[in-house]
Amino acid sequence: MNGWLEVHDTTTQAINHLLETLLTNGVVDGLLVPLRTPDGRNAVPTLVRDPALLEQAAPLAPVLPVNGGTVLGLVTATGALGRVGAVLRNCELRTAVELSKVRQVLLDDVVLIGVDCLGTYRVDDYARMVEEGVDSVAPALAAAREGQVEPLTGYTFRPACTMCERPIPGTGQSYAPDIAIGLLGVPNGERLWVSVRDGELGSMLELEPAEEPAARVEATQALVAARTTERDRRFAAFRERIHDPDSLLTEFATCIRCQNCMRVCPICYCKECIFRTDIFDHPSARYWDWAERKGGLRLPSDTLLFHVTRMLHMAHACVGCGMCSDGCPVSIPVADIFRAVGQAVQERFGYVPGRDPAEEMVIATFREDELRELG
Amino acid sequence: MNDEHTTEFEPRIVAFLCNWCTYTGADLAGTSRIQYPPNIRIIRLMCSGQLDPIYIAKAVLEGADGVLIGGCHPGDCHYQSGNYKARRRVAIIHQVLEQLGFDPDRVWLRWISASEGQYFADTVTEMVATIKEKGPSPFRGQWSI
Repeated sequence: MNGWLEVHDTTTQAINHLLETLLTNGVVDGLLVPLRTPDGRNAVPTLVRDPALLEQAAPLAPVLPVNGGTVLGLVTATGALGRVGAVLRNCELRTAVELSKVRQVLLDDVVLIGVDCLGTYRVDDYARMVEEGVDSVAPALAAAREGQVEPLTGYTFRPACTMCERPIPGTGQSYAPDIAIGLLGVPNGERLWVSVRDGELGSMLELEPAEEPAARVEATQALVAARTTERDRRFAAFRERIHDPDSLLTEFATCIRCQNCMRVCPICYCKECIFRTDIFDHPSARYWDWAERKGGLRLPSDTLLFHVTRMLHMAHACVGCGMCSDGCPVSIPVADIFRAVGQAVQERFGYVPGRDPAEEMVIATFREDELRELG
Repeated sequence: MNDEHTTEFEPRIVAFLCNWCTYTGADLAGTSRIQYPPNIRIIRLMCSGQLDPIYIAKAVLEGADGVLIGGCHPGDCHYQSGNYKARRRVAIIHQVLEQLGFDPDRVWLRWISASEGQYFADTVTEMVATIKEKGPSPFRGQWSI
């Protein structure tokens, strides 16, 4: 069911009221929603049981300190103590869908609540905005009313957002959440475009049934087109830059081996990772042997092996959230690399990460009659 | 390295062979005294499905000139479906290597049964010839990987 949700005060309050309705009416027993930290400089995923806390909910704060899809795993994977309503951006929704395939998120007792993503900033940029008293929400909503999604003057979106072609829940091969809250191309100061899977929920939320407005459809298409162009530009730049082993080494020459890209990656879901073992700690003599053979040896060893193995292991399910680029202290465009490589792998298998929880992961299945060109 | 290429480049090929088919096929080639080039270093796996892509990545980055993965013919896997899983992984490996500007045709997947000693020898002969054409791996001797 689709329809309008009246906004009586601010847009944020209307969404928070919707969340409160779900919690107080027992539709959910807890909410996973970004809450402003007490200092206001961040908005962090929080499991909320007390409706009073929802006053501090900031579902529209344009910041992504951690991937909420991963966090949803924390509160569901080994048994949720009730139904949880999860307010997620579309990249986080894609994450939740992917992790559900490996049972690190259990979607059975989850009400997925998607909100149009109007772009996010780096955590430090967002904190600076708050410190400087810059309102990042109202201007974004005003622009969205006109069908525009642009960063504030003087700031840039996270690189992953600039090339995110699936920012709108339920569109463009995205899994439709139980509740999708639309801000783009609608008069979001007066009413929100809400899409629910379950009609009863629509009545509870007092939605006024309506068709999707043409302006919204148009704005979505334009946004997706612009983002796709930027994505392809970045992919082309990657392919221009990396074309042989030397250029690959150049790309990762500045890597400091912190492994942050792996730690923050929601798709690096293995509970035991070979790179977190001591398997690469060799007896000293081995390093001398290798140095002898090659004339020298970069230490610690296996920098490129780390990145290439990660590509081989997770690029097929890369959701493009860009946490890896945020985490890189030396600004290697990790997200560009992994998305570009991931696209090639995904296309080979016709796989779209985050499309459908019922779809099996590339590496979790096979078909007898496929890939005959390989043997 | 160029000298090596033009004069007597001998490829080093790392082979990951499944215990039940291809490794036994290699054994048969040996016991049947079938000749094939000695450029291959065999690592026996219980199943091609045991192949973690990191093995291939490590071999490639350490400068192996070629990598051969050998498993049972489709339908013949000792563990039912390991070879189908290996085939998917090889497809992923090929895509990733290609994106990174490394010739994916240095990584071969072949189904060779325990009775195909001749086919094993032929495969190695063909692969060595192909890799000789291609020349040494660009990762050979790279200290900064």
